[in-house]
Amino acid sequence: MTDRTDYTPAAATPPSRRAARDTILGLTKQDFSLLLVVIALAMLAPFLLNPFPSNSAMAQFNAGYPDLMQRFVIFGIFAIGFNILFGLTGYLSFGHAAFLGVGSYSCVWMFKLLGYNVLPGILLSIVVSGLFALLIGYVSLRRSGIYFSILTLAFAQMSFALAYSVLSNPAFNLTNGETGLQVYTSDPQWLQGDGPRAPHLFGLAMRETETLSIGAWNFQFNAGYYLCAVIMVVCFYLSVRLFRSPFGMMLRAVKSNQQRLNYTGVNARPYTLAAFVISGMYAGLAGGLLSAMDPLAGAERMQWTASGEVVLMTILGGAGTLIGPVLGAGFIKYFENIFSKINESTLHAWFSFLPDGLEDALVAIVYPFVGKGWHLTLGLLFMLVVIFLPGGLVQGGNKMATIFRRDRKGGGVEDDAATQRQAGE
Amino acid sequence: MTRLHFTRRGVMKTGAATGAGLALPIIFTGAAWAQEQGFTNAPTGDTVTLGFNVPQTGPYADEGADELRAFELAVEHLNGEGDGGMLQTFSSKALDGAGIMGKRVEFVTGDTQTKSDAARAAAQSMIQKDGAVMISGGSSSGVAVAVQGLCQDAGVIFMSGLTHSNDTTGKDKKANGFRHFFNAYMSAAAMAPVLESLYGTDRRAYHLTADYTWGWTQQESIAAATEALGWETVENVLTPLAATDFSSYIAPVLNSGADVLVLNHYGGNMVNSLTNAVQFGLKQAQANGKDFQIVVPLYSELMARGAGESIAGIPGSQNWDWKLENERGSRYIGTNAFVQSFGEKYGFPPSQAAHTCYAQTLLYADAVTRAGSFNPCAVVEALEDFEFDGLGNGPTLYRGSDHQCFKDVVVVRGKENPENEFDLVEIVEVTPTEAVTYEPDHPMFAGGELGECNPGA
Repeated sequence: MTDRTDYTPAAATPPSRRAARDTILGLTKQDFSLLLVVIALAMLAPFLLNPFPSNSAMAQFNAGYPDLMQRFVIFGIFAIGFNILFGLTGYLSFGHAAFLGVGSYSCVWMFKLLGYNVLPGILLSIVVSGLFALLIGYVSLRRSGIYFSILTLAFAQMSFALAYSVLSNPAFNLTNGETGLQVYTSDPQWLQGDGPRAPHLFGLAMRETETLSIGAWNFQFNAGYYLCAVIMVVCFYLSVRLFRSPFGMMLRAVKSNQQRLNYTGVNARPYTLAAFVISGMYAGLAGGLLSAMDPLAGAERMQWTASGEVVLMTILGGAGTLIGPVLGAGFIKYFENIFSKINESTLHAWFSFLPDGLEDALVAIVYPFVGKGWHLTLGLLFMLVVIFLPGGLVQGGNKMATIFRRDRKGGGVEDDAATQRQAGE
Repeated sequence: MTRLHFTRRGVMKTGAATGAGLALPIIFTGAAWAQEQGFTNAPTGDTVTLGFNVPQTGPYADEGADELRAFELAVEHLNGEGDGGMLQTFSSKALDGAGIMGKRVEFVTGDTQTKSDAARAAAQSMIQKDGAVMISGGSSSGVAVAVQGLCQDAGVIFMSGLTHSNDTTGKDKKANGFRHFFNAYMSAAAMAPVLESLYGTDRRAYHLTADYTWGWTQQESIAAATEALGWETVENVLTPLAATDFSSYIAPVLNSGADVLVLNHYGGNMVNSLTNAVQFGLKQAQANGKDFQIVVPLYSELMARGAGESIAGIPGSQNWDWKLENERGSRYIGTNAFVQSFGEKYGFPPSQAAHTCYAQTLLYADAVTRAGSFNPCAVVEALEDFEFDGLGNGPTLYRGSDHQCFKDVVVVRGKENPENEFDLVEIVEVTPTEAVTYEPDHPMFAGGELGECNPGA
């Protein structure tokens, strides 16, 4: 980090703020540390997620393969966006998956019409989901609380039904229904040229993977993952700026007491609508990236379960905190992809050193919680987190940090938000 | 001027705090991973990994569980354990019970959740993380098509499980994908002569169709086949997939002038719509001076169990049935061998989903052995236009032009007085292969291209 890069953006902030506190890239020192942590985690993920040698029994728990790493950061983006709405304004949207789906479809349509370069697709997915969010937000934000949640849920289910069957009839096939929208060789692809026949960024194929083998470890570096990771870091940075801005303060005001805000003569709706649209665009971007990594968009991305998932991610990680949603997204995706793959024979292999009777007994006890029982384990952990750590994983992290810190009174990076959330409950 | 509090110590502290717990024991041995080149996940060492991707949660979890049982049994037999099952009856004798080409078979499993996204994620992890060289499974056409496309791009072989839509080997066919199961067109073609002999040529049919890809291809196929008999299609009503109560769709049927109700539904949809139809008394009703009839084109034992008594007397089609060899003779050799080893291991007869998954695993292993290579292109070549027998369906052809198996189709109807919960259907007819064969460029299958086989890396 040179002085130059530190200086320029800081100079762009108004003099009053600059004088008020020290800033780097417009962030306070604490926030900047957090950003560095996120950058380090994102860039070193192929190492961090592959701690076990690939031929050991523990390799089952490795998560450092391209597809899952991509999902981690993409759903991280989705959750960051959701947190801008839910964490700041307190408006609980139960229909955010609709924007994810719209983004996915837009991106695949760009592949079909223009070609496999991911850039137009990703840009269009942000624009289209933004417009879609404007439409839904304009109607839904006329109500608040549970009515708002139900309205968004209704819109999302409507979009799902449209995508699943109505818009996939042979006469006007926009979504290709249950099969999912995909690229066929007969599609026009006007700008395709000689580029790779798979999603690419100016010739760099998204599925390009370099494998680094060190001893028994295999580390996979995937082009698509790094594109997503860079975008996620940018998204994270933008969300930090938004959290710390006067606009973010206004959104917090909406959350703490909207009525008081109304009485003071402030119309809150433009602010909430803006937050809704921004958050919808984040979701659209995530959807676009999903398609860019894997060019198939299915309708079930819009289903209410997908909307519920992002709510879980945000709450699990810590709503209203900056890094919480990203952690929550990683946590849930890890369970979905790693725990669901542990089957009975894997368990038998683990416990094979025990006497037969004991082995069978242990397998019988553990089996309901892994494989198809991964939902159960996730549910139990979710309950534990909600009961004992209402501030989410971030609160847990802070508690741990306090134990190890020399000066016990020093506040952690995200203490404010975590405690604030606790109070809000 | 910005005052930087970003001291070296601060950076190191932050870095250490995050990195400490995650530090990696990296040992440099200098020996690079020796990887056989040429195709994705070329198996090194003395094992080969197959990926079994089935719905373990969601609406088709029962089918998925049965498929998984069959996969485990197939792996056991390939590795020379158990009684060998259909290996003894399979016409190709390339497999000797010593794994595949001397490599012991291992497998990994995943949960498709009957969602394309989750299915592709699970398949990706099998390919990228576990090094699977073949993916099999799936219990719905949307998932099968999605995973088939993924395997084509990644350069591994996809042996689909239960998928019945015409599209899997029609407009969405792929060079790396193979289907043993039959399809909607075959169902319709097999049922037409049976429907003619049961209900005559002068009938008016009312269709209720699940409103998604499979439902449409099923409805299109059965309408075309019955109209060729002289039947008239009165109306086709699309029902939402999520519907659980079909009363409002059933009520207008009796007054529509129709005398046959065709339920193009599967799984829970079919169980509910059939139950509703029976509750409305359609089975006892009269229309146009004839007895009212109900037809369910795609049958499964698991659905029959769900529908209970309502299923009695209702005709439908199946890919295979566990009573086939006993009732129709040794043309269907292999059936009893499979039912016996499955029954011994699990205590009940296998479903058709289990059968197709077992057969697919054996067919893949056999193709690799005959080709002498795990390279997907060699496997594709070995499977294309491969003729075999002894896997329970009689003489079968894996057609090279669309990677679809052609074999006899079983037409069944619900038993009036089932003796036990596994013996719910009786075999009415076995329609021979010739009657269900179609041209690769048939309009219902047109629009796709097989493309080139892709060996990946």
